[in-house]
Amino acid sequence: MVEWTAEERSIISEIFSKLDYDDVGPKCLSRCLIVYPWTQRYFGGFGNLYNAEAILSNPMIAAHGITVLHGLDRALNNMDDIKNTYTQLSELHSEKLHVDPTNFTLLADCLTIVIAAKMGTNFTPDMQAAWQKFLSVVVSALGRQYH
Amino acid sequence: MSLTVTDKALVKDFFAKAASKAEDIGNEALSRTLVVYPQTKIYFSHWKDLSPGSEPVRKHGKVVMGGLLSAVGMIDDLTTGLLSLSELHAYMLRVDPGNFKILSHNILVVLAMLFPVDFNPETHVAVDKFLQLVSLALAEKYR
Repeated sequence: MVEWTAEERSIISEIFSKLDYDDVGPKCLSRCLIVYPWTQRYFGGFGNLYNAEAILSNPMIAAHGITVLHGLDRALNNMDDIKNTYTQLSELHSEKLHVDPTNFTLLADCLTIVIAAKMGTNFTPDMQAAWQKFLSVVVSALGRQYH
Repeated sequence: MSLTVTDKALVKDFFAKAASKAEDIGNEALSRTLVVYPQTKIYFSHWKDLSPGSEPVRKHGKVVMGGLLSAVGMIDDLTTGLLSLSELHAYMLRVDPGNFKILSHNILVVLAMLFPVDFNPETHVAVDKFLQLVSLALAEKYR
């Protein structure tokens, strides 16, 4: 089981309490599709992804970014058992969506960068450490049902 | 992966703006590397103080950023331009090249923090590619 210090829990809660899902969600997903263009392979039915401008103004991508970001809520609300919290989502990503789990880390990195941009120097090294630990636990949980 | 004409322009333009904050960027990126990836501390066991913003960290961050900014100037042939730095890292420092990825990530995080508007997605991809190619050039003499 993953051990969380009181400080880490507090940092994670703080970041989520200030999180503007409607802004960060779209920014995170679109940045991932632009910075790592091969991730576009999973979004064939999402319309125009032809260039950065198109991706950034694509409403389907924006909506999906918000959905994905809300997917982190279940980890926030179950920090002591993130592993099992993602069983179904892991199966979904493996069996139905066929997403290479390497991509989870790519998206996580983009999320960290978008949050860093919003928080500026308030995003201290200790906050980054706790945040990245949280995301790596989620990423690991999402990869568990792959076989 | 290689840098397109657009990539090179984006990298040069962005770092021209970022150069004035080079010391802060270096300090923040190195501080984060030591805190978020504590295994990297093994390379600095000879320092008195490894805490974020400490004197040795700040000083070394400046050195690293200086190297990076000079690499921008050698963007058309990084392998040749970074040859002596590669020899330094390969023969003397022997930093595991996996750590180049770690530092690159933290540089990207810090650039986003300090330049939230200028570090847009297109600039991000160009800088990410650039850092990967710098890392590759630095690893040239390893084996």
